[in-house]
Parts: sequence; structure tokens; C-alpha cells
Amino acid sequence: MRVLFPNTLDEAYGMLAAEPLTPVAGGTDLLAHWPGNHDARKRAYMDLSGVSGLRFIHWGDEALTLGGLTTYSDVIRDSRVAEEFPLLADAGTQVGSIQIQTRGTWAGNIANGSPAADGVPVLMGYDAVVVLGSEEGDQEIPLSDFYLGYKEMRLQAHQLIRAIRLPRHEYGFQRFVKVGGRNSQAITKIGVALTCAGGRWRVVVNSMAPTVRRCPALEALLDAARPVSGPEDLLTAIREDLAPIDDIRSTATYREKALARVLYFDLKGVCTSFA
Amino acid sequence: MEHDAREDTVRVEFTLNGKVVVVYAQPSDRLLDTLRYGLELPGTKEGCGEGECGACTVLLDGMPANSCLVPTYQVRGRTVETVESLSSEDVAPLMRTGATQCGACTPGVVMTATWIRRHPEVLEAHSVRALMAGNLCRCTGYDGIVEGVEALVVRESDG
Amino acid sequence: MLGGNESVERREGISKLLGRELYIDDEPMGGCLWGATVRSPSPRGLIREVRFGPEVNWEEFVVVDHRDIPGENHVWLIESDQPVLAADSVRHVHEPVVLLAHRSREMVHKAVRSVEVIVDPSPPILDFRIPPGADGIQHGTDNVFSHIVINKGDVEAALAEAPVVVEGTYETGAQEHVYLENQGMVAWIDGDVVVVKGSLQCPFYVHAALTHGLGREEDKVRVIQAPTGGGFGGKEEYPSMLALHAALLALEAGAPVKMIYDRSEDMAVTTKRHPAWIRHRTGVDPDGRLLAQEVEVVFDGGAYVTLSPVVLSRGLIHAGGPYSCDNVRIDGRAVLTNSVPFGAFRGFGAPQTIFAVERQMDKIADELGIDPVELRRMNLIREGQSTATGQIIRDGADRLEVLDRALELSAYREKQKEHARFNAANEDRRRGIGLSTYFHGAGFTGGGEVHLSSVAKVEARPDGRIVVLTSNIEMGQGTLTIFTQIVSGLLGLEPDDVLIADADTFRVPNSGPTVASRTVMVVGRLIERACADLVAKLGDSDLRGPDLKQAIVDWHRKHPRGVLDGVARYEPPPGISWDEDSYRGDAYGAFAWAACVAEVEVDLRTLATRVLDVVAVQEVGKVLNELLASGQIQGGVVQAIGWALMEECVWSDGVMVNNQLTNYMIPTSDDVPPVRVEFLEAPYAHGAGGAKGIGELPLDGPAPALAAAIGVATGTHPRAIPVTPERLMELYDGA
Repeated sequence: MRVLFPNTLDEAYGMLAAEPLTPVAGGTDLLAHWPGNHDARKRAYMDLSGVSGLRFIHWGDEALTLGGLTTYSDVIRDSRVAEEFPLLADAGTQVGSIQIQTRGTWAGNIANGSPAADGVPVLMGYDAVVVLGSEEGDQEIPLSDFYLGYKEMRLQAHQLIRAIRLPRHEYGFQRFVKVGGRNSQAITKIGVALTCAGGRWRVVVNSMAPTVRRCPALEALLDAARPVSGPEDLLTAIREDLAPIDDIRSTATYREKALARVLYFDLKGVCTSFA
Repeated sequence: MEHDAREDTVRVEFTLNGKVVVVYAQPSDRLLDTLRYGLELPGTKEGCGEGECGACTVLLDGMPANSCLVPTYQVRGRTVETVESLSSEDVAPLMRTGATQCGACTPGVVMTATWIRRHPEVLEAHSVRALMAGNLCRCTGYDGIVEGVEALVVRESDG
Repeated sequence: MLGGNESVERREGISKLLGRELYIDDEPMGGCLWGATVRSPSPRGLIREVRFGPEVNWEEFVVVDHRDIPGENHVWLIESDQPVLAADSVRHVHEPVVLLAHRSREMVHKAVRSVEVIVDPSPPILDFRIPPGADGIQHGTDNVFSHIVINKGDVEAALAEAPVVVEGTYETGAQEHVYLENQGMVAWIDGDVVVVKGSLQCPFYVHAALTHGLGREEDKVRVIQAPTGGGFGGKEEYPSMLALHAALLALEAGAPVKMIYDRSEDMAVTTKRHPAWIRHRTGVDPDGRLLAQEVEVVFDGGAYVTLSPVVLSRGLIHAGGPYSCDNVRIDGRAVLTNSVPFGAFRGFGAPQTIFAVERQMDKIADELGIDPVELRRMNLIREGQSTATGQIIRDGADRLEVLDRALELSAYREKQKEHARFNAANEDRRRGIGLSTYFHGAGFTGGGEVHLSSVAKVEARPDGRIVVLTSNIEMGQGTLTIFTQIVSGLLGLEPDDVLIADADTFRVPNSGPTVASRTVMVVGRLIERACADLVAKLGDSDLRGPDLKQAIVDWHRKHPRGVLDGVARYEPPPGISWDEDSYRGDAYGAFAWAACVAEVEVDLRTLATRVLDVVAVQEVGKVLNELLASGQIQGGVVQAIGWALMEECVWSDGVMVNNQLTNYMIPTSDDVPPVRVEFLEAPYAHGAGGAKGIGELPLDGPAPALAAAIGVATGTHPRAIPVTPERLMELYDGA
């Protein structure tokens, strides 16, 4: 096993251009079950922890930008983020224990590509844009277009998630609900981020499809204020948008029904179309 | 047997329990193993190897981290504190509330508790129960731990 | 000077809090090899071939298989059916076949993947509830490991005459111990002695397994317990297997061998709580008085007998609950499946059967339209009444007071009214409260303690300090502290004047295994008697405190190199009688009695249950150390909450596939409320200081109380645990 240690972004880009490397940020995904993971030791890695200028929270007039090494803790402890993008703090505290929050990064959560990623739904719900850096310059991809399939994404070998940009909108409604096997630090069975800005809804769900994804049918139903008189009225749209499976953590049926109920009860007092 | 010639060791200089130390780590080394087997500080325990149980919690630059998920090379130039840095006096309140039974989760519990003691402001937004959720304990039912952390914080604020 | 009632601080507490306690993987072992296990990929079949891959230089490895076993190829326990290493056939996935050792921990685990065990498969038995076909028989004629029947009165007649008969079927799932320290063992050769040291509950079980498996004399095998990071029964029988493996490798290598499981291996290959299927038919009169209890119990034993017969036995003895009923028939079987063997787990069969009888009591209350509290109050055993085995209870404990204190402390009635208001005001949340009453017999069942014939010893050192010698170990439950307290309290010494000898079979007598809630009650009592024996040898049985110390010092001056000790061997309490054949009589020296009230809130969106409050009230004879005793109850209750609500082993081919802590979830601090504990005391004359055993009791009651509360909240009748959100959604949507 080999690790490269860039000190600057340019060095990192150069290394990535030269050979296939797996970038390491907080290590929380990479090192789980590490001793038995013999295959992972055959790969080469690039440690990002020494790269300066990757860990920041920047406020612009139009957008909030998180650095490629910005951790959950960084965001949770920032009172301004908590005010304007409260779902980031919600998801950040629910992603795992304090020990994970201090190490795990938002960019790492995106790049790991897990369908159960807890950081991704809220970012997508806020219309986040992924800023991919490389020797060829920056490329920006809306997070909602980033995933192609299970653990497949529009991140090329020579690119690095340099930053995550969230446009600053006025949100009329925003909520993140995580359903896990227990109250704290569980892998998500169902997660949903709901935002509404300027009458346009975002419904982003994790753990119910090969990727975290937006739900166009549900969003259309909400945008059009179609009447909903009970959770079952949401099932058709849920089935159109998502493809939950039975696995060791839950069942497809449970996931569909519980999502419908969460959406129904949580939106009932919010959407006049919900009876 | 097989030896990967490209597998260079990494010089890692860091501050461990107040002293500067240098280790030459394999790129594949976890901080947990470096502490336990390299530096002979076995106080930090392995419970699950996947960042779930918190038995391996250390303070990295003052913040709790699972040392099973930290590559040793990432602590270059940083500060690591383990349970070995503490004194009987530091943990006395935890003793009185029954925070330890079998002791296997205890070093991790103590390190998270130490972080809370130093940062009581985190209790404004989060309960002790929420903050300690990353330290699984199978013996105490958590009451002894929660009361112990509360006692630590109270003692600290009393000066 | 300490009085007998003063609590001693946990003796190894500071050492644990500062991370100084050296568990087996913490000990520096210069020059040791690391051992690893090659396991069966198949649940059942004949081993055709074991293939060693060419990519590994096997010369570098120590390799052991069944042919290298010097003694008998089975793990000594109740029956001789479980091989140390599979020879010709396998009965479960992960059955050990070959052992490897190497200087590099990484290399040895990598090499395991290069050994292929090729099995000609036979159809496995994977569902213990379905009787096997002819091609599935692997044990006796019917795959039944043990069949026990308890009979009292005439159940058939009473059921036939009963005005109301209520039937119910109940199921409980497997539970993983999740001791925080994984299993680990080191073996080395010291002259002509094989030494093993590791994480274990029962030094003499391991010792017996090694003498049998290695074919060695008793004095050529030495077992030392290392500090043990939790056991809960999980380190009762399995360490014998691991010790044999480490010892075989050490013998082959001629060097120390360390075997430390990681969490995934530990969860996949070690024992779990027995899954159970239990059917009740209960005859009652319209007021709810129990007229007849017919109970059928089936436990999944897994692939080998291990401890299943005794787990079943305890389960059956508790299956009628703490109630008086004149006509009882309890018929139970532990059966084979091609699963990893199930084994000892805190409660030892009783949590399963008590879950069933308590849910059945709620069902009876429901069908009769009477209050579940009053139903229990009416039927709880009164002084002079008897249990299912005919054991007459006359212990001075007030079982009704236990119930009433639990109701009072939990504000049960007020909460019912509060919940009605809450449920009317909230559309997506429901609250409920539930109750259970239960009991737990401490010590070995029936004639078990007589058979064990435990011996405890104390020695007085020349400096006046007392050394306690037993084979009962500390695993978090407080043995070191409570033994210290028993001796210091009795002899008027300071805690520091009492030393507890390491549980080393070369040093301590066999005082039995550290199981069955017996440590304080049975062994503690032996220590008291051993102390009395020692003091009597000084010629004045009233010697205490500094006078005693001085007398000891003087004795040693007069007897240089002399040994001044006190010894006690177990004697059954007078009047105890048990008939193993008919399963009649005094199953235990004493029962502890308890009631649990649980309050929950169910989120109707997700059907997830949040525990709002738990109250556990128990009569335990005498509380010797409040902090330790409360800690036992609180920890046990939370373990039971996990079993009831979230801990689910997901099985495939008889093996747990969610064998990680991310996927097998135990409660965190944020999943449970404070556990409110109250003790009542009716001292037991034959337990140390009047104490009865309490270690397992807290596992018995919370699950049915929680299921009851969930049922009340959601209008369902959960009859199977864990009551996961998925399972509850099915119930709720079907209701």
C-alpha cells in the first residue's frame, strides 16, 4: 500500500493526473473493517489532510461554500449555518456519533457514494453544486445530477471534490427526517430532506434507491398542490421515484409505507393540499 | 513472505499526551494499532473496528475521534490524547457513579467525557445522553456513565 | 473499621477508568504467534477436501487439523458431540476445520482466505419450529437434544373443566451478547504444562475441556483468567473451544499463540441466546384465577448440544411465571438445527419463557376484560403456595409489595390517564404503559450445586491480610469488590486488607463457574464460612479487626512457613429436595422476585418505539452494595430493552449475517431513559449477608412489559420480539 502526501491543491491535482489514487479525507468510510480489508491495501491513496485551504466555510452574497475537507463538526458548530441552512446541522448531528462528526467530511460523504449517505439528501435539498477541481480547472455539477448508479458518479479519476456550493435561497419550509434502527448513530433505513423555496419543492430521499436521489413525482405532486388525503395517496409517486429493497436493515414495504407516513404527517400542517 | 518494496514507512511526528513522539508508520497502520502495539499504550481498546462502539476514542486536536478510523499518517503535526494521560483525580467522579463495570468500553467513555468536561458549552445544545451515544456500553445501562459525566462537568464548573 | 453493610468501592475501578487494566490483547507477548481459524463454508455435509492455495508459502505457517488433537476430539461439556475441529463432516457454517498460526497477524488472517474447505452438502435443517424429515436427522432419532416435562396436578382435566381457555403462541429471537471485549485467548507451554490465559467466565470448564481434548493430566493444564471485558454468558462455554484451539497451535508451534477474534468473527461464530417458540393454553375462571397452565416450549439449540439441556431446564422451570396454579404441564424440547450453536446468555432460558407467560397473562386479561395488574395480583404466589415444580415458597418476601411499589414508583394509574389525553391530542404518536411480574432462581438448578460441590478458601498472610481464593471471576459485575466487602465486613478489616487471588487453576480451588447469579449468593456464602473456619483455627471465633490481624501475625510468627487458611465446601440448605427424574421439588435455593413497568411512545409514522420510562422493583434478599446492585439491574434492563426492541440477528444458512455493530444494533445512551431501580429486602438465610442472586433477574421482565406497553399504545398484541418497527407496522396495519 502506498500513500502520497500533497501539501497544496496543485500538487494533489498533479498526483491525481499521474496515476489512479483514492483520496483520503476523514477516513471514516475507508478504514471501517480495515484489518480484514486486504484488497483495499493493494490500492494507492492520497492523503488530503495536509492540503492547505480545503477546510473552510465561506459565505458569499449568493452562496455558502463548504471546503472539500470541511467536517460535519465544522458545520454543526457554525451558528450562521445553523440559522440559514439548519438541515446541514440536523443531518450532521445524525450522521453518526461525535467521534464521526469530528472526522467525517461532507465531500467524503458525497464521494463515498453510499445510497444511505446522510449528508447528501440535505445538500441535494439545498440544490448544492459539486465543484470538482483538477489540473484542467474546475467543473461544476449539480449534486442532483452527480450520481449515475450505485457507487457510480460523475467524478473522474483526475478530479477531486474541491468544494460544495449551496445557493442562498429563502426557504419557506425545510426538514430532514432520518429513520434508523435506533435513535442515535444508525445507518439510515429511510431518510428524507424536504425543502421549499419560492413555491418549488425538493424531496430528496436516501436508502431507498441505488443512489440518494431527488423524487420528481413527489416534487411535482407538491408543486402542483395535488390533494392528498392520507399516506396511501403518496405511494404511487413514491413507487415512481424510488426502488427500495429488502435488506438486512429493513424491508421494501416498510420503507415505502413509512416514507409515505413521514411525508404525510410532516407536510400536513404545511401544505394546504394535505387533508 | 511477500514484501511490497514500494511500501515505504511514513515518518509521523506528533504530540502524544503532552510529549512529542516520532513513529515510522506503515501506510496501512491505524492510529489505534500504533498506540496499542507500537507505542505500548494499550489503554485504548478495540471494540468493533468500524467506528461504531467508541471504545477506541482518543482526543485528536482536542476533539473525540475513533482511533480505529484514523490512519496513523494523518496525525502528523497534530495532538493526540489517550486515556493514559489522565490521573485518578480526573476520573474520580466516574468512579463514584458506577461508570465502569467490565471496563472494556471505559477508556473511550472517559475520553469523550473528558471532552465534555472541557467543553461544557456543548451541553447547551445537546444532552449528555446524545453526546455519549458514540460510546457503546453493554454493562451499565448508561445511568452510571451519564451521572458520572454530569458530576465531572459540575465539578469543573465549581472550579 | 467497616461494618458488614458498608459498601466497598469497586476495587479495580480506577485501573479500568485509567485504561490500566490489562485484558488479554493488551498483554505484551514477546515472540508470540497469531492464530486464526479456517471454517466451514457450508451448514451441513461431508468434508471432501481441504485445499491449501499455492499462493501462500505454507512452510511459514503452523497448521493444525483434527489429526493433531492429542486427546478426544470434542469440547467437554454435557455431551461429547461438538468437535474441537471438524474431521469428516460439518454441522454448521463457520464450524472450525483448520487452525493456522504465523508471526504476523495480518498474514495469518490473509492466509485463512487461501484455505478452501470443500464440502459435499446435505440439506440443512434451518427452522427449529418444523419437525425434521428423515434425511434431516443428525442427533438421536429425532434431533431432540433434550426433552423435559414438568407435571403438577392434572392439566387435561383442569383445562377440560375450565370456564375459559386462552391460547397464545409467542416467539423470541436470538440475541448476541456484545460484550465489548471480544473473545481472546493466549496459550503457551511452560515445561510440561500447557497454560492458557484469556477472557473467560469458568476457569474449570476450560480446564476440563483442555484435559480431555489434549489428553493431559489435570496438573499438566493450567488456566488463568485475564481481566474479562464482559461475559453475560457468552464466555461461559465458548472459551473452552478457543482455549483448545490456542493450545493446539501452541503445542504444534512450541511457542506462545495468541488468538483474538475481531468483532465480525466473534459475532458470526460464537453463541447467542436461544431462539424460542412457546405455546400457552391457560384455563382460567371468569375472575382470572389460573386453573391450568399448559405450556409447550421449543428452543433452537443449533448444531451441537452444548448447554441447551440446562438452558431448557431453567427456561421450563420459569415458564409458568411467579404464579400459583394447581395444574401445570410444561413440556419442552431443545432441538438441533444446522445453526451456529446457541448457548448461555444472562437469564439462561428464563427470559424467553417469562416473555411468553407474561404476554399470555396480558392476553388473558384482555380476553376476560379485566385489568392486567389485578390479574397478576390475584395469581402471584403467596407464602406457602408453590411453583410449577411444586417448590413451596416460604421466604418472607412480599410479592404483592413488589408489584405495588412498581405501580407507585411508575405512577402507573396516573400515566394511564395522561396517555389517554396525550393519545387523543396527537395524531401521529401514541403512548402506553405495560407491566410484568417475574422471578429468577439463583444458583444451579436442582441438584446442580450439590453436584458442583464448590470449595472456597481464604488464606491469612503473615502480614495479617486475607487472600480470597475462588474460581469466580470479575467480568464487570463486581466480584472482586463484593468478595472484598464480604470478608472485610465479616472480619472487620479494611478493604485493602483483603486480596482476591487471580482465578488461576494452579492456585484456587474449584468454586464453580461464574454463572447462574451464583457468585454472591452461593460462593459469597462459602467465603463467609471459610472466614469463620479460619478464625476458629486461631482459637477464638470472635476475633475481629485489629485483634484478628494481630492474632494472624502472631500465628505466623509461631508457625514459620505455615499455612493458615479457612475452607468451606458447599452444603445444600436444609430441607431442600429435588427429584431430577420427575422434575419435582426445590428447583432453586431461592428466587428473587420482581416487577417491571415500562412506558413507551410509538411514532405512528415509522412505528418506532421510544422508551420513556422504566421502573424495576425487585426483592433480592439483601442488597450488599447498592451501587453494584443498581448497576446490575440497570445494565440488565437495557440489555433486555435491546432484545425486546432492536436486537435482531439476521440469519442466512444458519449464520448471523448482520455480524457488525453497525447492523446489529444495541441501545446507545440516547435510546434509553434512566432506569429507575428499587430494592426490597427479605434476607435469605443461606446467601452471603442474606443476599439472593440478582445478575440475571433484570433480563426477564422488561421485554414483556415493553411489548405490553406497545400493545396498549397501538391497540396491538405483540407476541414476538424484537418488536422492530417493521414487525410493528405489520401488526398495526393488520389491526
